[in-house]
Order: sequence, then C-alpha cells, then structure tokens
Amino acid sequence: MITTARDLVVLGAGTAGTMVVNKLHRALPATDWTITVVDRDDIHDYQPGYLFLPFRRTGPEQVRRHKRPLIAEGVRMVQAEVDRVDPAARVVHLGDGRHLAYDELVIATGTSPRPEQVPGTLGPQWHREVGEFYTYEGALALREQLDRFSGGRLVVHITELPIKCPVAPLEFTFLADDFLTRRGLRDRTELVFVTPLDGAFTKPVASRALGDLLEEKGIIVEPDFMVERIDQERQVLVSYDEREVAYDQLVTIPLNMGADFVARSGLGDELNYVAVDKHTMRSTEHPQIWALGDAGNLPTSKAGSVAHFSVDVFVDNFLEHAAGRPMTHSFDGHANCFVESGHGKALLLDFNYDTEPLTGHFPIPRVGPMTLLGESRANHLGKLAFRHVYWNALLPGRPLGLRAQMSMAGKNPA
Amino acid sequence: MTTTTIAGRQVDVNDEGFLVEPGQWTEDLAAELATLIGLELTDAHWKLIRFLRDDYVTQGETATLRRVSTRTGTPVKELFALFPGKPAKKMAYVSGLPKPKGCV
Repeated sequence: MITTARDLVVLGAGTAGTMVVNKLHRALPATDWTITVVDRDDIHDYQPGYLFLPFRRTGPEQVRRHKRPLIAEGVRMVQAEVDRVDPAARVVHLGDGRHLAYDELVIATGTSPRPEQVPGTLGPQWHREVGEFYTYEGALALREQLDRFSGGRLVVHITELPIKCPVAPLEFTFLADDFLTRRGLRDRTELVFVTPLDGAFTKPVASRALGDLLEEKGIIVEPDFMVERIDQERQVLVSYDEREVAYDQLVTIPLNMGADFVARSGLGDELNYVAVDKHTMRSTEHPQIWALGDAGNLPTSKAGSVAHFSVDVFVDNFLEHAAGRPMTHSFDGHANCFVESGHGKALLLDFNYDTEPLTGHFPIPRVGPMTLLGESRANHLGKLAFRHVYWNALLPGRPLGLRAQMSMAGKNPA
Repeated sequence: MTTTTIAGRQVDVNDEGFLVEPGQWTEDLAAELATLIGLELTDAHWKLIRFLRDDYVTQGETATLRRVSTRTGTPVKELFALFPGKPAKKMAYVSGLPKPKGCV
C-alpha cells in the first residue's frame, strides 16, 4: 500500500500554535503527517510579562525569545505574512506569492490591539500621555512615562470587550496603586478605572470581589463608558453619550481584533474571530479548519490558560480524528487566571462556560497552596513562577499535571 | 424569575426585567417594553429590533453593540441616540432577548 503524508498547516507560532505543533509532532507519525507552521516574524514574547514591564518588575530580556528554538525540529517553519485562506481549494496563499496546500488547517493567529480604531488615539501623544501595555514597545514606552509621572490623574481605560487577558487592566490598576504608594505619589494621584462594563469584571461573582478591592484601594470606577474618541489636546476621553474623563496619563486598552486575513478569507465575525464549535474548536463552516487560542470565538476568556487547556483537548481529539475515529473529548471553557492585586499579593480565578469563578484552593483540594478568589502571597509567587513554566514546559508541550477539564474538588460554589 | 403582566399578557422576567423566554415576545409587547423605559419606537428602532430578533435565531445569543452596528450599517453614535445611555441593554430589553453577555 502506498500512502502519502497528509499536510497539517498551522498559522501562527504564538502560545497556541507553538504548543500544538510541538504536541502533534510528538504524537503523530512523521510518515503520515507533514507539519508546517507559518508566522510573520521570529519573535515570541511572553505576553503576561508586558504587565510588569512598565513598573520595572521584569526586564525586557525576560519576556522575549526567538521562535525557532521553541519549535520542535522536524516541524517546517515558514516566515511569511498570510494573504488569505481558500477553504474550497484548501490552500493558504502567503503574502510573498507562495502557497501551501493543506488537509487540515489550524488558525492560531491570535488577536491584537488596534489603536487606529478609536479616533484621536494615534496622535502626537501616542505612547506618551496616551500609553498602552499590550505590546512590547508600548509597555517599554509606558515605563518611561511612569518614571516621569509626578501625580495627577492616571486613567486606565478599556475600549471594548473582548480583550486578551481581560483581568490585565485591573491588574495594571492594582500594580499602579502599589507603584505610586512606594514612590510617595499615591496621595497626589487620582487613579481611575474606565470600563464599558457595568462593573469591575465580566463575571458577577468575580466582579463583586474585584470591585471591593478597587474600592478598598480608593480607585475611582467610571462604568458603562463607551469611548468615541480621545482628545489629546484637551487630555480627555469622550464617550458616545458625551461624557468626558480627563487624564494626565492615560493607559488605554485598544479594541482587540483577530488577524485581517481571517476577514479577507471570509472566515471571521465582525471582530475577525473564526466561528468555532465551543467544545471542539472546529470551524462551524469548514470541517478541515480549526481555530485555537485567541483566534476563535469561544465564549470564554482570551487567555493563555484557555489556549493551554483547549489545545490539550484539541490534540486528543485530533489524534482520534486523524485515525478516522470519532472525537470523544470536549472543551468546557476552563480558564485559570492569576490577578495581581499589588503589594505582593494576587487572586486566582478559575471558571468555565457554566461555572462562575469559585472560592477554595488550587491545584490540590483543601490544601492549595493557592487560594481561589482571595488575595494571597502564594498566588503572587505562583504567577511569578509561571514564566519559567511557560518557556520550559508549556511551549514545548510537556504535561503540566493540570487537567484541562475543570474540577470542582476543593472548591466552594459561590 | 417572576411572572408579570405586560400589554395584557403574562410573561416571565428576570430580576432586571428582561424576558426570560424570547418566545413570549411579540411586536405589541416590544412597544410596551419601550414605553416602560421611556422610548417611543420609530421605524429606525424597528429596523434594529428586527435585526436583533433574526440574529438571535441564527446565532443563539444576543448581538453585541458592535455586531448590531456593523451588520445593520448603523453608526454607534446613532445607536446611542435611538437607545440613550445603554443601547446594548436597551435594545435587548425591548427585543425580548437576554442581556448581551459583556463578553468574558
């Protein structure tokens, strides 16, 4: 019998793409499958580290690596822009004119901040008085701004949901409170949190816990604020219903959107996210296409933990699918997010499609050492330790001993 | 969840007054729900309400403000003019649909 290898093409070598090619390279026989991963550059950033850069709690060298060494040998890596996917012909057209045929396609090109979507953002004060920390360059520019900050109104602002790592803006606010306190500037600063939501967070139980923390720290919340434009000259955010929030230093989280080729290929919704089945991450329109990580429209957080848990489920399913068997694994939307609350402490949120963030202990029932939905030093240390886990275990696709499926053991329903 | 009478009909609503069962919605009810939040429905409102109802059937969830704006070609500013203050919530309320998830 003559067999030809089938082609698996993965678009994007970020968190999800890197994990998936490394796991499948190990699990699929090389004689049966050729694995190709496409990315436009060779830089892999540990994105959770961006949060700490402006406060000098982490150095730029700790968040940035080359991509190639993170990808298993034997996986073909192509550096190019993606022009578009032709699902009917099962071909990916690259920006440089090359094309790649596929039998199965994984879209893992994530989501990115689009500051140009809010008028006035990209004015002369961009990356100065109008800062952001969702890019490497932005986080470093903000570090310079905070070094010079001497008090006034520091405004942290979310444009629209969903954003990747939805807790990061709150964490930034808590860390700013800590930073300003240490510098003796807190009593000269009004710290303001501006959100399009009606509370601190999207999930009611967590929203209450986090809202209490904001109040405790004297942070002003401006809810239900849908920004229309930024007026850099007058230093104000202007909402659609004509409200204004003044700032001396703004930290905005721009609108997040999926990759533009997703829209050009007719695969995206209004924010360029690929419509997928929420339990299998398989395209609802094209059975040979899957979307992992932030690129899909799963109704859960766009976060590294979700990428990790959903990739585990996808890999188990894909091995069954490749062998011609029915897929038996189902993703439950499990997300697990550390929330830095400043002063050496952090909270931990654990939730899925059906369950609100719970209180209790993690990962060992009743023992911890980490506490869910409560501040603790162990949570903070857990968050710091995760960078090492990310580079050395998560990306290479080594088992972490955390179950993809959320467990209720040791947790107290809220 | 409680049962209440709106426009002479018994409907089930949640603690914020949103209809629990989109199937209990009728166009008469929409006019009454609009009155309850101080709105008088015009053709511009109806175009949006009909989009929301149809979209809910195909998507299984309430359209976000951005989705309504993109799919109906209505600028967000206009949505704020038609449903002042909290357009996403008000549109869902009048259309008898669940409050849009603020996302996650």
